[in-house]
Amino acid sequence: MTTVAELPAGFADKVLSAQSTFRSVMDAMARPGSAQRVTASVGAPAGMMRGAAAIALTLFDHDTPIWLDAAMSATPDVAKWLKFHASAPVVADSSIASFALVGDAKNLPTLDRFAFGSNEYPDKSTTLILQAESLTQGPTFEMKGPGIEGTALLQAMLQPRDLFQRLTINEALFPRGIDVVLVHDDLIVAIPRTTRLVASGA
Amino acid sequence: MNAPAYNFAYLDEQTKRMIRRAILKAIAIPGYQVPFASREMPMPYGWGTGGVQVTAAILGPQDVLKVIDQGSDDTTNAISIRKFFGKTAGVATTTSTTDATVIQTRHRIPEAPLHAGQVLVYQVPIPEPLRFLEPRETETRRMHALAEYGLMHVKLYEDIARFGHIATSYAYPVKVNARYVMDPSPTPKFDNPKMDNCPALQLFGAGREKRIYAIPPHTDVVSLDFEDHPFTRYRFNAPCALCGAGDSYLDEIVTDDKGGRMFVCSDTDYCESRRLAGHRGSESAAPHKERAHG
Repeated sequence: MTTVAELPAGFADKVLSAQSTFRSVMDAMARPGSAQRVTASVGAPAGMMRGAAAIALTLFDHDTPIWLDAAMSATPDVAKWLKFHASAPVVADSSIASFALVGDAKNLPTLDRFAFGSNEYPDKSTTLILQAESLTQGPTFEMKGPGIEGTALLQAMLQPRDLFQRLTINEALFPRGIDVVLVHDDLIVAIPRTTRLVASGA
Repeated sequence: MNAPAYNFAYLDEQTKRMIRRAILKAIAIPGYQVPFASREMPMPYGWGTGGVQVTAAILGPQDVLKVIDQGSDDTTNAISIRKFFGKTAGVATTTSTTDATVIQTRHRIPEAPLHAGQVLVYQVPIPEPLRFLEPRETETRRMHALAEYGLMHVKLYEDIARFGHIATSYAYPVKVNARYVMDPSPTPKFDNPKMDNCPALQLFGAGREKRIYAIPPHTDVVSLDFEDHPFTRYRFNAPCALCGAGDSYLDEIVTDDKGGRMFVCSDTDYCESRRLAGHRGSESAAPHKERAHG
């Protein structure tokens, strides 16, 4: 059993690390498909990538229920770490979660298990944080939408393989929908609900 | 001794997290007004408390901040907000549009084109474009949910019926990404076309009304109009009296009590850089030269 003293550290510099991480997430969200780097030095529990840990410490707190997938909740370490550093409540019901941390995206539940928000308050939706195998190599995805000049190209090994296909519900649901932040190590790429897949190839 | 110590950029970290989450949702849903728990700031409502909170949540030590009030870097509001962040965040400040990474603005978009990597933060008094047509928040929420914007077109039509043209000259409603009708804050409608496909990120903060909304870069922003009454910009038909610019938005300045007046650029940085480049208007004297003491 891990005691608090044995938990990995959080940010080395709470204030400025959170600020620089937020700017990376904001730039990623404002320019879908573009890879942004998290530069802050951060400790992370086993199973959690550095980028995901930095995002957690930047955006999670007692106001944000967090849902963890099976990989993240395999050991109590992640939940404990989140509780200690962010005071974020971990919930079992994914449909009320502000954020979902997904360590093993292969087994991502169907998207309707998460919150889409309402037509009046589409912001009350779950943001998915998916750990990806690679955000620099793999099949190519061509995207368009707000934040993208023309089209944007992303090369990534994504799980689940049909992620973009699943995300097409964003088109029908808009303004409700799911925003996704992909993480690999210290790289992050955002796919907000307005982004549409134009083409994909090997 | 014991001088009050503020957190970096004044706001506490929990408040910043809450605002940051709202900003991310605002970017993901362009033009939609995200409610947020606006804090009391050390300045009165109407002085940019919404813009200041957004700026405080995004600002980092590497940023270079510019603040403008009606295009001017030199007015009370602009100077005090610039000083506020100089003091609480220690950031570098500038008056140059191109050098700034974060520009907080009250009711103007700079004349110099913005570039990628810049963030334009608007101070917004009333974020709801439908508010003067429908006072109930529950109703305007539903109208946005259903994209029911007929009322706004009726308002513009009434302008035409009464004045012969669309007389709305500022806070001219726009449609963002073909979905949400949005109030661009009380900028002159001259600035509306600059919001369309802008390479910079545009964030809007309304402190008293507790709303944050955004336009991501390269997003379609269309000013509402009619086929037979298309949207037009408006500008006084005169060159700037100081720099001679024929393309900038102008302020009218009364110079005496006999009807004398002059028109000058509202964007002081634009006007100054043009004068530095040697452009002269009808009222500008030759540049002052220091004489060496004998």
